[in-house]
Amino acid sequence: MLHAARRLPLSGKIGLAIVLFWLMVALIGPFIAPYTPGAFVSEEVFAGSSGKFWFGSDFLGRDVLSRLLVGARFTVGLSVLAATLACATGTGLALTAAVGPRWVDELLSRAMDTMISIPGKVFALVMVAAFGSSLMLLTLIVAITYVPGNFRIARSLAVGLARLDYVEVARARGEGRLHLALVEMLPNMIRPLFADIGLRFVFIVLLLSGLSFLGLGLQPPDADLGSLVRENVSGLGEGALAVLVPALAIASLTVSVNLLIDAATQGKAR
Amino acid sequence: MSGSASAQRPTWIAPLRLIAARIGAALLTLLLVSMVIFAISGLLPGDAAQEALGQGATAGQIAALRHEMGLDQPGPVRYVRWLGGIVKGDPGTSIVANQPVSKIISERLPNTLRLAALTSMVAVPLAFLIGVFSAIARGRRLDRALNVLTLSMVALPEFLVATLAVLLFAVKLRWLPSIALVPQEPTLGEFLRAYTMPVISLAVIVVAQMARMIRAAIIAELDRPYVEMARLKGVRPGRLIFRHVLPNAIGPIVNAMALSLSYLFGGAIIVETIFSYPGLASLMVNAVTSRDMPLLQACAMIFCATYLLLVLIADTVAILANPQLRKG
Repeated sequence: MLHAARRLPLSGKIGLAIVLFWLMVALIGPFIAPYTPGAFVSEEVFAGSSGKFWFGSDFLGRDVLSRLLVGARFTVGLSVLAATLACATGTGLALTAAVGPRWVDELLSRAMDTMISIPGKVFALVMVAAFGSSLMLLTLIVAITYVPGNFRIARSLAVGLARLDYVEVARARGEGRLHLALVEMLPNMIRPLFADIGLRFVFIVLLLSGLSFLGLGLQPPDADLGSLVRENVSGLGEGALAVLVPALAIASLTVSVNLLIDAATQGKAR
Repeated sequence: MSGSASAQRPTWIAPLRLIAARIGAALLTLLLVSMVIFAISGLLPGDAAQEALGQGATAGQIAALRHEMGLDQPGPVRYVRWLGGIVKGDPGTSIVANQPVSKIISERLPNTLRLAALTSMVAVPLAFLIGVFSAIARGRRLDRALNVLTLSMVALPEFLVATLAVLLFAVKLRWLPSIALVPQEPTLGEFLRAYTMPVISLAVIVVAQMARMIRAAIIAELDRPYVEMARLKGVRPGRLIFRHVLPNAIGPIVNAMALSLSYLFGGAIIVETIFSYPGLASLMVNAVTSRDMPLLQACAMIFCATYLLLVLIADTVAILANPQLRKG
């Protein structure tokens, strides 16, 4: 693991470091927050950076750093959960399509092709309008939005594997479909699938914070990084840190995951 | 293209047939998409009649309005009626605004189309230049730098780009107002003031993806034997790219452009909201907030149809540009 990290190009190392940083923040953020995230601690709203408030104060005089540390947990946590869910579902369906009867594959592929023709944000908006956006529903909605993308990748991997001799041999040996899918095929799909989880994670972070930015995602008092940008957007005219810092935080997370995936997959191709 | 000397079928039959098949497939997909959208948004227990009348309504009033709105009909009947309305250009009445959806949309649609057209005019040449230059410099420092740059830009949240644009142009430089509405008959100055920031924000979002796809298209072409041949003959690099490679890569490049333009929607939804731009994407966000389902469904259908149209254009260009398909 450490060895692989050392071989990454510089952009990949930087990406990895920032990703690890945000995972740490998601884990311990709320415990190291200097103030209660909901408390009004500053006399001044949209204050600049100071020793007391590193990232200034927000539109109500709350500490931006503390709110950021708690908000990052929502953004990272929900996105990791949703990305895992999306890829587990997509890959599960893809394996079903690959080892199942022909009509199952036809049906699943047709359904996923239809869903992939609906742009992700349109799909998510329609679902939010129909079902609302409680924490659990929101996670499910963004996860479902990215199932078809993962299905497409995983299916092409699985169908390729299903044609290989070793799978044919296992089938001739009389192994069941479940065994074929989980023991023979899945282990050989893991590496490309990890890259895909990373990619879905980036999409999901962007979608989730985009929804929150529009006021359709997390509802107060919960706030992820997108909500923080939204609630402080009135400070944009004076260049308040309270808008800029959460937006930059999201960017640093998504950009670094992207750089890491690019570096990791390129290193293998060479 | 035509003028086939032999008695074979004319050369344009095969691609035409392929394109017709693609159009058919796109229409079928659009039909399935409409079912999905209606199933999610139209068949729910949450009731538009209840919502329109509020808490104080009696059961009788609600039942009467339900009947009037056709909500007491079974789902498939409502779907067919709704789809028929969309096809005829009458997707129903907005619950919130109490106006025909078609009227609301026809006011907003031109604004979004204008924004998209202006963005394409900025994004396409820029992406083309970045794509060509990084392909020429493949593997060298310029290419690697552009790779990291576009890779990062792809992952930027749209509101960060818009926020930075406001900070730069409105707060620091004070060139532009942070929100500018377009008057009825704008002068050039007013036009530029209103459109510069939304267009820049959207272009940044689209350019990166487009440039990456264009680079990939050119590089795929650079790997072919005729390029090696031309190089060995001593053709200079600039001439090689512009006279030999680009004409052959036009198909994939236009394909890349059409596909990346479909990213415009995701950007528009945020950018229109941030700049209070009266377009279709911000209309859709309002429809979600107010749960105005007829309006939401119509907006969703327009965006899905646009997306499918862009993919169709990309496919068609790819078919027309492939000489092997022309042989039939």
